[in-house]
Amino acid sequence: MLHFETGKYAFYVWPAYGITALMFAVLIATSIGHARRWRKRAESFSRK
Amino acid sequence: MIPAPAFLSNPERFMAFSRWAAPLFGVMAVVLALAGLWLGFTAPEDYQQGATVRIMFIHIPAAWMSEFVYACLAVASFLSLVFRHALADAAAQAAAPLGAGFTVLALATGSLWGRPMWGTWWVWDARLTSVLALFLIYLAYIALRASLDDETKAARAAAILALVGAVNLPIIHYSVTWWNTLHQGASVFRAGGSALAPVFYWPVILMVLAYMASFGSLWLVRIRGEVWRRRAETAALRAARA
Repeated sequence: MLHFETGKYAFYVWPAYGITALMFAVLIATSIGHARRWRKRAESFSRK
Repeated sequence: MIPAPAFLSNPERFMAFSRWAAPLFGVMAVVLALAGLWLGFTAPEDYQQGATVRIMFIHIPAAWMSEFVYACLAVASFLSLVFRHALADAAAQAAAPLGAGFTVLALATGSLWGRPMWGTWWVWDARLTSVLALFLIYLAYIALRASLDDETKAARAAAILALVGAVNLPIIHYSVTWWNTLHQGASVFRAGGSALAPVFYWPVILMVLAYMASFGSLWLVRIRGEVWRRRAETAALRAARA
């Protein structure tokens, strides 16, 4: 049984999980974006 | 000579290894995080802390990772400085933004946990202040690298900064022992075993493993990006000279 009720502490618990999810989304997006961007550029030079 | 792992000494082998290892670590991170969150949200509330105990499942892993990533950055910087390994330098550069991200999470989730339990968002005690210093060192490392156009000089200067900054790691770890702090002492990774009840201990361990796997995946992806960036910039320079 999952206990999602956080009562009077909801103001602290859910923002903590929200910030964590947001930070992981940013780290994943920037890491993959950086790698894809430079891979494309490196491959465009190797094709020339 | 210290034997470096094979994939650290050969970019081609590293690229072949990281191509399958990065997604594998990513899948491991998702599975471990789901298992950790499941156990964490099936655990009862703490008799003293109530529902805020659930912040522990994301705060301890973030705090652990903020130090672990810096240790990785320092080792990679040492290898880069001493053996002039280009991949070690790329590894150090790739670790810094990830470490800064984990440190922000440690500070933010700690603050959100501290307010209802301590009655304050922030206190200048030794643990919190030394972790804030760690965040500033990460920022200084990133800024130093970005401020120098000469990549070789930037790598050397940043590696020296990273090694000097490593002094802060034992200070963070022992801050709760050396000084009287509002922050509690070590409760999970300590001599004599964990002080946590098993119902809280296992979700924390699973989440630490999930964070480590996610770091492994993102680190490899970022190093791959660095390798491609350097290849692209070398090719662009060659094309400009031709």
